[in-house]
Amino acid sequence: MNPDTSDTLVRVRSLRFAFGPRVIYDGIDIDIVRGKVTAILGPSGTGKTTLLRLIGGQWKPSSGSIEFDGIDVHAQSRSELFELRKRMGLLFQSGALLTDLTVFENVAFPLREHTKLPESMIRDLVLMKLEAVGLRGAAALYPEQISGGMARRVALARAIALEPEMIMYDEPFTGQDPISMGVLVRLIRGLNQALGLTSVIVTHDVEDVLKIADYVYVISGGKVLDHGTPDEIRNSKSALVSQFLNGEADGPVSFHYKSATTYEQDLMAGRA
Amino acid sequence: MNFLTPATEGLRGLGRATLFLLTILAAIPGALLRPRLIIQQIYSVGNLSLIIIIISGSFIGMVLALQGYRTLVNFGAASSLGVLVALSIVRELGPVVTGLLFAGRAGTALAAEIGLMKATDQLAGMEMMAVDPIKRVIAPRFIAGLIAMPLLVSIFSMMAIGIAGGHAIGVELLGVDDGSYWSQINQSMHGGDIRDMLIKSSVFGLAISWIAVYQGYHAAPTSEGVSRATTSTVVVSSLAILALDFVLTAFMFR
Repeated sequence: MNPDTSDTLVRVRSLRFAFGPRVIYDGIDIDIVRGKVTAILGPSGTGKTTLLRLIGGQWKPSSGSIEFDGIDVHAQSRSELFELRKRMGLLFQSGALLTDLTVFENVAFPLREHTKLPESMIRDLVLMKLEAVGLRGAAALYPEQISGGMARRVALARAIALEPEMIMYDEPFTGQDPISMGVLVRLIRGLNQALGLTSVIVTHDVEDVLKIADYVYVISGGKVLDHGTPDEIRNSKSALVSQFLNGEADGPVSFHYKSATTYEQDLMAGRA
Repeated sequence: MNFLTPATEGLRGLGRATLFLLTILAAIPGALLRPRLIIQQIYSVGNLSLIIIIISGSFIGMVLALQGYRTLVNFGAASSLGVLVALSIVRELGPVVTGLLFAGRAGTALAAEIGLMKATDQLAGMEMMAVDPIKRVIAPRFIAGLIAMPLLVSIFSMMAIGIAGGHAIGVELLGVDDGSYWSQINQSMHGGDIRDMLIKSSVFGLAISWIAVYQGYHAAPTSEGVSRATTSTVVVSSLAILALDFVLTAFMFR
């Protein structure tokens, strides 16, 4: 089933991107629908994070286009791109918190940079955002004093500080204990509904994301392998999607990294 | 032709660094509107370098006085010790030694800090928050380096010539007349010497800050990349200081 593209916020068309000789994307089409949670799934190394950086305009595609609300992201000047980025947030896998600022100051950072709000209002807004992610009590702590899961929640509070239209999550569940994972899953879904956001989640944590996603894309080898609702993806006939969802060690995605020579050739070469 | 490759790479690097400098210069007016960020960085690169500058200045002044006295006393010119110490410090040793120390203390700190910010996605995070890291991070540090260097050179020179340096050894220990020490400095040193010292220190400050922020900003986002950036900052800055010192001295004392 194709997503309802009548209200598409991000439209990716014929996207090609390569790191030197290594092709990451070979002509993919993706639609991110406004107000929905869209999950991008795929094995490690398929360039899921790259896709978010391309959407955010940090990297340029070799060809193809990415439109955000009808605006071609890569046709913008640097200042226009910065204006566009105020409408989107990216939650980095590491959190990317500024280590010399407290949790409070990290969340206040975008407000101080982009608004001229009085200090009392900034304080109230920051406390509201921190309350939303359950970390009001950690406001005075520094990033090195909080856990990885808390850091991501702080980063989430910072990402929603300017109330963007879309938030992109880069591997939000990696390395989280079950409690932190549950908290993050609930937060992402809850904030999406409460703030009317559009969410894009890039991950390889299949089960957790299928619980909250409205639409799913599975990418591998530079192509979109399959897309549909979580139920459609669970019932996918694609061998690769099936291998990915079931966590099988071998299948279309080989256990062994591709080599130009055979195992025997490599071993014999040492005897020559 | 293989020997051309390093030369071409070097030229490319210089071109990239020049473009980076132009980007920083374009960001300076915006950065000047936020003096608090610059003051924080002056504290970081300037105030925190004070101890090493004061101690080094004192010892270099003391050594110069000891060495100079041994030579001058043979010619009955021990009263000229103040001139020897002062001109050596103000014209050469002050800017050069302070520059080398500044590159080692503050330059490496700048490169490592910016490199780590890059490695931990802090710079990319700023970009995604529509905050230009050149304006917010790089330009204030660059300006702070420019301001801090002449101040540190002045403090270094004061320490080396007076207080605990040349004066302490020459006058207090070796018995050179206090009046002669200062009056000979007063007669032989001109405003031009101070001006040249400040010009040299400003040029060195610009070079060190430029090299440090460039190395940090372009460091590979790995621990090895940050390590390389800090090492390159010291090596390239030190060579740049010595080369620039030769060029500036050649122009100043033609």
